[in-house]
Amino acid sequence: MNAAQTEWNTARRQIVGNAASIGFAVAMYGVSFGALGTTTGLTIPQTMALSLLMFTGASQFTLVSTLASGGTALTAVIASWLMGTRNAAYSMRMTPILKTSGPGRLVAVQLTIDESTAMGLAQDEDAFEGRASRLAFWATGLSVYLLWNLATFIGAISVSAIGDPKSFGLDAAIAAGLFALVWPQIKSRTDLTVAFGGALIALAFTPLVPPGIPVLAAALVSVIVGWVTSRRLS
Amino acid sequence: MMWFAVLAGAAGCYVLKYVGSVIPAHVLEQPIVKRIVLLLPISLLSALVAVQTFASNQTLEIDARVPALAAATVALKFKAPFIFVVLIAAATAAALRYFGLAA
Repeated sequence: MNAAQTEWNTARRQIVGNAASIGFAVAMYGVSFGALGTTTGLTIPQTMALSLLMFTGASQFTLVSTLASGGTALTAVIASWLMGTRNAAYSMRMTPILKTSGPGRLVAVQLTIDESTAMGLAQDEDAFEGRASRLAFWATGLSVYLLWNLATFIGAISVSAIGDPKSFGLDAAIAAGLFALVWPQIKSRTDLTVAFGGALIALAFTPLVPPGIPVLAAALVSVIVGWVTSRRLS
Repeated sequence: MMWFAVLAGAAGCYVLKYVGSVIPAHVLEQPIVKRIVLLLPISLLSALVAVQTFASNQTLEIDARVPALAAATVALKFKAPFIFVVLIAAATAAALRYFGLAA
């Protein structure tokens, strides 16, 4: 075995190991999501369908919590789409690296989420003729897909039996879970402005319009601040 | 209605992922598009946190969820893992309700 092969074997083991541990970390969210889905009125198959077919955590949490707060199906769907827009940016970034086509492309697209993209981009793009980036993406995507769905199932079946979810503090758990999702994304003063702006607009609209709409209204803050700050930058 | 939300939501999210793999790179690389895509999850998630903490349908109220979110904030400050943040919020709200200290 030559030196390059040995080096690749070492890198490969490390990448696969990292991918597995990310899968396990994400599984914690998956259990929470499964529990949330079934306590807010979705059936176990519906909750599973979200993890299998939508497979993008923030959109799934958005859809379910919008329905839970009394929003209509349509507002919940639109909110989940808005939340999923960043995946378009991810797959644009990953496509030239993955060099997939046909059915492989269709699978890669489904696995394009925060974690797989972050892991794929964390590797040196030219390392091992791009094999490191591709392996990191695929290993992370598959590991997260498998464990996310398994965890959703465990969460969904374990709480569908409990009584009043409020007595277990599940409503507060949803708020905290969403908060934990947004917390690491707030990295600048602008981000913080957008976060507070979004929250305040949503609360201001709550008494005035049906549930679900206030959250969509909050998206305007991102559009306005994004427009203003990108003009300032250019 | 639930199946409609589940399937339409999933279909749209897949389309978004797919679109990124076929549209020309320069469209998404415009500064304004990049900024908005980056900021959208922040306003949406923050709005969801606010609504999930203070709203009951169309009324705003302060109940056990508020101290629970405060507890979660402390946990996040100390870089606690996700599952711990969620559990501490649930435990806080459940305890306050059990002892009749908050609605």
